[in-house]
Amino acid sequence: MSDAGAAGGAARSATAPAARQRWEPWNDPSQRPHVEIVDVTKRFGDFVAVNNISLDIFQGEFFSLLGPSGCGKTTLLRMLAGFELPSEGQILLEGEDMSGVPPYERPVNMMFQSYALFPHMNVEKNIAFGLKQDRVPKPEIERRVAEVIEMVQLGPFARRKPHQLSGGQRQRVALARSLVKKPKMLLLDEPLGALDKNLRTQTQFELMNIQEETGITFVIVTHDQEEAMTVSSRIAVMDHGKIVQVSTPAELYEYPDSRYVADFIGEVNILEGHVEAREGDHHLVQSSEAGCTVRTGPSGEEPAGRQVWIAIRPEKLQISLEAPDDQSTNCMAGEVWDIGYLGNLSIYHVKLDSGKMVTATQANMARLIERPITWEDRVYLTWAPDAAVVLLS
Amino acid sequence: MKQGLTWFNLGSLAIGFLFLYLPIALLVIYSFNESRLVTVWAGFSTKWYGEMLRNESLMNAAWVTLKVAFFASTIATVLGTLSGLIMARFGAFRGRTLFSGMIYAPLVMPEVITGLSLLLMFVAISLDRGMVTVTIAHTTFAMCYVAVVVQSRLVSFDRSIEEAAMDLGCPPGQTFLKITLPVIAPAVVAGWLLSFTLSLDDLVIASFTTGPGATTLPMKIYSQVRLGVTPEINAVCTILVGLVATGVLAASIVTRRQELRREQEEREALAAP
Amino acid sequence: MSKPEDSPSQGTPSQGPKVAYMSGRDATAGGLAGVHQRLLLIPPYRLLAALLRRIGLTGHGLVIAVPYLWLLAFFLAPFLIVLKISFAEVIIAQPPYTPLFEFVEDGFISIKASLENYLFLLEDSLYWKSYLSSLRIALISTALALLLGYPIAYAMARAPKRWRFALLMMVILPFWTSFLIRVYAWIGILKKEGLLNLALIELGLISEPLTILNTDIAVFIGIVYSYLPFMVLPLYANLEKMDLSLLEAAADLGCRPAKAFWVITVPQSIPGIIAGCFLVFIPAVGEFVIPDLLGGSETLMIGKTLWSEFFNNRDWPLSSAVAVVLLLVLVIPIVLFQRMQERSAQAGG
Repeated sequence: MSDAGAAGGAARSATAPAARQRWEPWNDPSQRPHVEIVDVTKRFGDFVAVNNISLDIFQGEFFSLLGPSGCGKTTLLRMLAGFELPSEGQILLEGEDMSGVPPYERPVNMMFQSYALFPHMNVEKNIAFGLKQDRVPKPEIERRVAEVIEMVQLGPFARRKPHQLSGGQRQRVALARSLVKKPKMLLLDEPLGALDKNLRTQTQFELMNIQEETGITFVIVTHDQEEAMTVSSRIAVMDHGKIVQVSTPAELYEYPDSRYVADFIGEVNILEGHVEAREGDHHLVQSSEAGCTVRTGPSGEEPAGRQVWIAIRPEKLQISLEAPDDQSTNCMAGEVWDIGYLGNLSIYHVKLDSGKMVTATQANMARLIERPITWEDRVYLTWAPDAAVVLLS
Repeated sequence: MKQGLTWFNLGSLAIGFLFLYLPIALLVIYSFNESRLVTVWAGFSTKWYGEMLRNESLMNAAWVTLKVAFFASTIATVLGTLSGLIMARFGAFRGRTLFSGMIYAPLVMPEVITGLSLLLMFVAISLDRGMVTVTIAHTTFAMCYVAVVVQSRLVSFDRSIEEAAMDLGCPPGQTFLKITLPVIAPAVVAGWLLSFTLSLDDLVIASFTTGPGATTLPMKIYSQVRLGVTPEINAVCTILVGLVATGVLAASIVTRRQELRREQEEREALAAP
Repeated sequence: MSKPEDSPSQGTPSQGPKVAYMSGRDATAGGLAGVHQRLLLIPPYRLLAALLRRIGLTGHGLVIAVPYLWLLAFFLAPFLIVLKISFAEVIIAQPPYTPLFEFVEDGFISIKASLENYLFLLEDSLYWKSYLSSLRIALISTALALLLGYPIAYAMARAPKRWRFALLMMVILPFWTSFLIRVYAWIGILKKEGLLNLALIELGLISEPLTILNTDIAVFIGIVYSYLPFMVLPLYANLEKMDLSLLEAAADLGCRPAKAFWVITVPQSIPGIIAGCFLVFIPAVGEFVIPDLLGGSETLMIGKTLWSEFFNNRDWPLSSAVAVVLLLVLVIPIVLFQRMQERSAQAGG
């Protein structure tokens, strides 16, 4: 998994100017991971919730565990918090084995999906609870509670009980409560899941600001890929208790290494084909679904005849009524089946001659009332070679 | 479909509540009857209440009953709360099936069996029967009611609240005292009240497990009732019914008010930007 | 992406929070755990703690142990004793039964189990008639309670929302008041010169007073009256959460209200009906107070039989056998009820 990340990183740094210094501790062998998850497996009876996962998270990261419900991401988070113990493997925090350490002695705090605010305590008391457990002197408690209340802008609500708060306010109290102890790592279980769409987007940016201000390592569990893409330094995509890919958001989107990831992150067209030949650093892939030869982006060497899949993002397809000169390479022909108008974009569903349905999106640059392309038009879809990513699984 | 009350619905409510309340109402009314004859109204009087207060054995029985009810319900609340906690939170442990069986069985066990079995055991271990044995017996069946009440409250509240407390550095024992107990307090209080009235009420189990000198009020009432209806017993019953009804009504109105206010506040909070 | 290229947070965080956190950590040692730590320096305490841990008694274990032991001692053990004594024979002694185990010479234990009590229950018609009569009376009372309770629950569930809490309270309130008193209240009403007869004669409906007290009818009335809340509450809970748009859909499809009641409402409320019936039937079978105070000498109910066997005849082994058989009779409905509750809990979850 880390290999894939490294390969993707290398591919990207070839195109980026080398002069700019990047913050990528995961690519720096001299950096010591903040958290090391080593061969961790968790079983509940016969059910394997987390299956032999290894993962390094670095100081100051905003790390996302992303996957559908039931993929084991919450179990992994609860093991970091100490509510579950690994059936096998180890979790090290700053090099120290955490297995014997109960949740109430771990220097790690968690923000719960349900917020889990204490219903019989007001906002201040909720926030001060953790500090009181640590016997922090009273004046210091007051100072630190006031500080975080300021940070999450809850000043006017400090004396209210949880049930007198709106969803967004409750979410802030939960965040403040878990931050006030200045944990070495903050775990967030679907922190924005209960908020409505507008508030969620706004809060995502606030979370990022707070994370940068405090420098605390954040590990967030989410099933919302947009959220993960927005906030994370890196994302681990999980499926059935395993990690499928760990990369930065851009790498995940541009260089997915499996159909699962390509499909899970954003929209994608996947076309089946076989390697025909290798040409320089890329392949030529014959795809009957596409009805053409696909010249791919740079990729590792695969033997001729191997079955592969080509992933092309809808926005990377150019749609045109006119046939290009060379229709044998990187060109699919078909009929417009459906059009969705989203205002800023139009979505075209095109039925290829092979019967395969593909999606292309076009930004609506001009203010057009009449569409140049309409239903049942014969259209040609073309793309730049590096838009086509080769997937082996 | 029309919501609201049709004549048929109104009629069934009227008949139902008349059936439920008329007997008690008559009992209360006739406790103020001047005449000793229960069915002949001879004018208003409170003389039977005076008689009742002067009846020493009756007053003794009342005192015994209150003491038993207080101790039994208090012990039962402690044991029952622990049991509810065990059933709702402790997951699987060896002997769990037997434990939950022992919690649920007394709820459906005929009182004659519970009473008989406890008596036979007290005899077998030669424990002298009296207030202590009645208290033990009442504690045993009342704790099961408390356990069920507390358990259902615990099941309905979000477990992550307790996890949050532990996450913030609170060890399990303290988490129970600082977080769980305050949150389930209404259920615990309800459990205590329920235990108290169950103990106050019980005739059968007390008859089996009591000994000389520890006659409870229901036993006293029962032995007099067998001899016939007397206005004096009506007076005792009126006071008992009045006390319990006032307590229950007050408690439920207070909690209802709190609930309504809470709902109102929640609505306001959610409506605010 | 959250991490701008020149993020200020790279590198280690400032030392401040770490120090503050550490001081907090050390302070935790002051709590219960701290006391425990310090007490561990004292050898007897350490020994005890080690011993408790050896037999698996940690904090959790202790919490379980207390109520567990209480129930074993005061619920399970007594019941086993009843079982044991039911195999003994009655003698005139204190306690009035033969021991089941006896230490005889040479250190042997003799076990004398006699099935005589159980055989006697079969032989003497009083007992099996009592069982059958208990079941019959409980069954009839349950049916009557359903007939009376269903309209009440239905009316409550369809009453305006703001009334419902008060109505619910009115149903629950009698449940809290003394059972004995509520039964007693009926004596004054039902007896020959009681209020019911008085009223009926006054109205000219009858000329001779009816004999109701000390008959099975009085027992039915008593049971229905005492256990009505148990019937109404589950029915109400069920009917209240019924989706009324089902009835609108039925009406929309051409079903008249009266028919919709039978083909929609009643089938939907079957779980409530079953729960209510079990809750009335099970305690009614073992009832003692009601048949004793309201029933006549020929009203046979097993709870009453057990009581008189024990208190009047002082035959402890026989009453134990009666109790064991009563429990066996009740096991079937109880298990059925439990299983149904579990199934509905699963369906609900």
